Amino acid sequence: MAQLGVTIGNLQLSNPVLTASGTFGYGEEFSDFIDLDRLGGFIVKGTTLEPRQGNDYPRMVETPSGMLNAVGLQNKGVDYFIENIYPRLIKYSSEIIVNISGSSVDDYYKVAEKLNTLPRINAIEVNISCPNVKTGGMAFGTTTSGAASVTKAVREAFDKTVIVKLSPNVTDITEIARAVENEGADAVSLINTLMGMAIDVERQRPYLSTYTGGLSGAAVRPVAVRMVWQVHKAVNIPIIGLGGIMNGRDALEFILAGATAIEVGTANFINPAATVEIVKYIDDYCRRHNVNDINQLIGII
Amino acid sequence: MLKLTPLDRGISLSDMNIRPGQFVQVKTPDNATFLRRPISICNIDFFSNQLWILVRDAGNGSRAIMNSPVNSKLNIILPLGNGFAVDKSGPSPILIGGGVGVAPLLMLGAELKERGIQPTFLIGARNKEAILLEKELSAYGPVFVSTDDGSYGSIGLVTQNPVLDNNFSSIYCCGPLPMMKAVAKIASAKSLFCEVSLENVMGCGIGACLCCVEKTTEGNLCVCKEGPVFNINKLLWHN
Ligand SMILES: Cc1cc2nc3c(=O)[nH]c(=O)nc-3n(C[C@H](O)[C@H](O)[C@H](O)COP(=O)(O)OP(=O)(O)OC[C@H]3O[C@@H](n4cnc5c(N)ncnc54)[C@H](O)[C@@H]3O)c2cc1C
Ligand SMILES: Cc1cc2nc3c(=O)[nH]c(=O)nc-3n(C[C@H](O)[C@H](O)[C@H](O)COP(=O)(O)O)c2cc1C
Ligand code: FES
Repeated sequence: MAQLGVTIGNLQLSNPVLTASGTFGYGEEFSDFIDLDRLGGFIVKGTTLEPRQGNDYPRMVETPSGMLNAVGLQNKGVDYFIENIYPRLIKYSSEIIVNISGSSVDDYYKVAEKLNTLPRINAIEVNISCPNVKTGGMAFGTTTSGAASVTKAVREAFDKTVIVKLSPNVTDITEIARAVENEGADAVSLINTLMGMAIDVERQRPYLSTYTGGLSGAAVRPVAVRMVWQVHKAVNIPIIGLGGIMNGRDALEFILAGATAIEVGTANFINPAATVEIVKYIDDYCRRHNVNDINQLIGII
Repeated sequence: MLKLTPLDRGISLSDMNIRPGQFVQVKTPDNATFLRRPISICNIDFFSNQLWILVRDAGNGSRAIMNSPVNSKLNIILPLGNGFAVDKSGPSPILIGGGVGVAPLLMLGAELKERGIQPTFLIGARNKEAILLEKELSAYGPVFVSTDDGSYGSIGLVTQNPVLDNNFSSIYCCGPLPMMKAVAKIASAKSLFCEVSLENVMGCGIGACLCCVEKTTEGNLCVCKEGPVFNINKLLWHN
């Protein structure tokens, strides 16, 4: 076996394969299909300060080689996570990363502070694609100042590894990446979903209750690879790449473009064993190409 | 109707503890669609180790499944969802199906019969050609038919079928949403135990994406995991 271990901040991952938040539940949903301990880690559902019911149904529609979703961060809140879900997850040996969201900087701070007390949570992933209620709903992640303010708050509240997850719905993703690096983010992950819309022409109405939603799946991959490649040239912190990774080949595209680790998202819906198959593919690939350490492949393009 | 046998002969469907009302997630042949498609388990033939699914042409995915050639392979995940509460039927349940919604009622009928209970079936469709499974269902109990155009059985909707004037101990229903809502109304009026099987659009089918939710008295619940079968008292259909 090739050396597949990678480092993200203070996290030592046994391999570069993680799961994307919102597509892997709390991991448990997949325990019938895979051995969760064979993943580098898993990133659980978006967690907020207060419980959220999410958006109205319909929340999902299939689109060419992808899907639009408008789940709207349905979750039972950070306290419920700490009391009821975290104790069930600690039996797994792979890293458990919590994805956090908020509608104000203070929300992010409080959620991060609470998670900081959990010994098995060594990293959080900060979703900055959420609307900022104070600025009329514009997403934190679409301006350098918004992204920086969230990163700064979370950095103060959380002593361990902070990963900031970038929104692709911006003109220049490298300036956002640099802004969060300057505020002390240990790593960035990209991309979150691309904003999209689909209309049922027979009924003459949008498919989603919210009209617009987030595009994910194979359709977004070329955009995501391009952004990872650009950000790799712009920052010195590790990058976690995601967006449309369906198999091992796709994962390598991101690693070659500059990703130290990758996340598997929508692919889990189609093939619940996709993650472990990707780990195996990467190992085989390294052997085929006489690479004895995966780190030698990162960002060689 | 497709009859599927596990590729691995060592797998016995009878060991899977499959319940009527559960479903499978089918990967559509030749990647006709990006996501899998949910399809009800129609029947399990334990003798020949076969799983039956009944598929209607609703678009690219269902058409690709229907057209899979004999002896081809289909990649499916099963069993998914909760299934009907068979033990709540009482002595005289009525099983109401609309269109392809009759599919899960076949296995439910078989299970009830096994428990010594004879169900009554009421099935409806647009016209005579669209009436499905009548013969198969009749092995487990009497079958009443409604067609919209009156080309077979009673004319009109299932809810207008005179058989509903009889007394039943419970109702199990699967079909188009307006039909299930109308049936739920009748069940509420008569205070009958009533379960319906919902067909919300699904992403994953295993409770991971939260795309398939239905508003209930317990908040948004995943139809793929807490359903697809719901007691009507849990649903917020009256408002
Ligand atoms: C629990 C459950 C059991 C079902 N059982 C059966 C069955 O036994 N036989 C049968 O023929 N059909 C069944 N369906 C419906 C079937 O899943 C849809 O008809 C099918 O997914 C349509 O896909 P398509 O690609 O053919 O059509 P599309 O062109 O994708 O869509 C046609 C219609 O189907 C709906 N639909 C699309 N994708 C999905 C999806 N992923 N999940 C649910 N609905 C969708 C759309 O809203 C649209 O109205 C069931 C659905 C559910 C949720
Ligand atoms: C149903 C669904 C729910 C999601 N929920 C979240 C979330 O809570 N937090 C988050 O940061 N990203 C969320 N995402 C975005 C994914 O984590 C990922 O960034 C995106 O789907 C792109 O990757 P993919 O194409 O591999 O799925 C969600 C995506 C989907 C499809
Ligand atoms: S379809 Fe994904 S949670 Fe139900």
